Amino acid sequence: MPGVDRRELAAIAAGGMAGAVARVWIARHLTSPDDSWPWATFIINITGSFALAYIATLLQERLPQSTYRRPLLGTGFCGAYTTFSTMQVEIVRIFEAHRYGLAVVYALVSIAVGMTAIWLAVTLVRRTRVLV
Amino acid sequence: MSDWVWLAVAAVGAVGAIARFLLDSLIAEHAGRDFPYGTFTVNITGALILGFLTGSGLEGNALLIAGTATIGSFTTFSTWMLESHRLAEDEEYLRSLLNLAASLVWGFAAALVGHTIGTHA
Repeated sequence: MPGVDRRELAAIAAGGMAGAVARVWIARHLTSPDDSWPWATFIINITGSFALAYIATLLQERLPQSTYRRPLLGTGFCGAYTTFSTMQVEIVRIFEAHRYGLAVVYALVSIAVGMTAIWLAVTLVRRTRVLV
Repeated sequence: MSDWVWLAVAAVGAVGAIARFLLDSLIAEHAGRDFPYGTFTVNITGALILGFLTGSGLEGNALLIAGTATIGSFTTFSTWMLESHRLAEDEEYLRSLLNLAASLVWGFAAALVGHTIGTHA
């Protein structure tokens, strides 16, 4: 692909490594039965959404231009730390265990709390006085 | 979990993140940035693949590395949320809602189809 910045890719790779390791570490320490509320994925997705919104807003609106912070922390770390595919497979698994209500509630609560976490992070960054 | 498994998780985590970035950039370049088609495509594709892998009966470290680590890093929940929020901030409420609903419905369908194919393959 033309115009690919190798250092940007390196930053994404480094962030991706840390994000994947952090997610797997949490998932292994916080296991829940197949057909019950997936706490690990839920906590990971909500904390990661908060972190991404905080970092993205801070970098765009508060801090001086930086080329590699967003790819490292945002695209790399938060992108790899949070996961859409695991959430969907969990919904399928809960669905196949015939717990349809739980499947729907898990999906909708993830989105509602995820959006709230984003809003909260953006609001916090914007309300904080710039000291520099 | 042994050290080599953690090393593998880190390595494929990097691959997943880079693959996401490249595919997202490529799609955004062609489809435009009015709607987050890039993240949408990445997430639906990843849900299909992970559904297939879990359905195929892959277990233990193989599933952890190929599925949880690689596809888990490839797909992203946080960017999906952030992009939906940005659309709403730009007063593109319908697009924001569409991004949330379409990703959820298509992601579920993709994971279910992948899982079914994996189970019968």
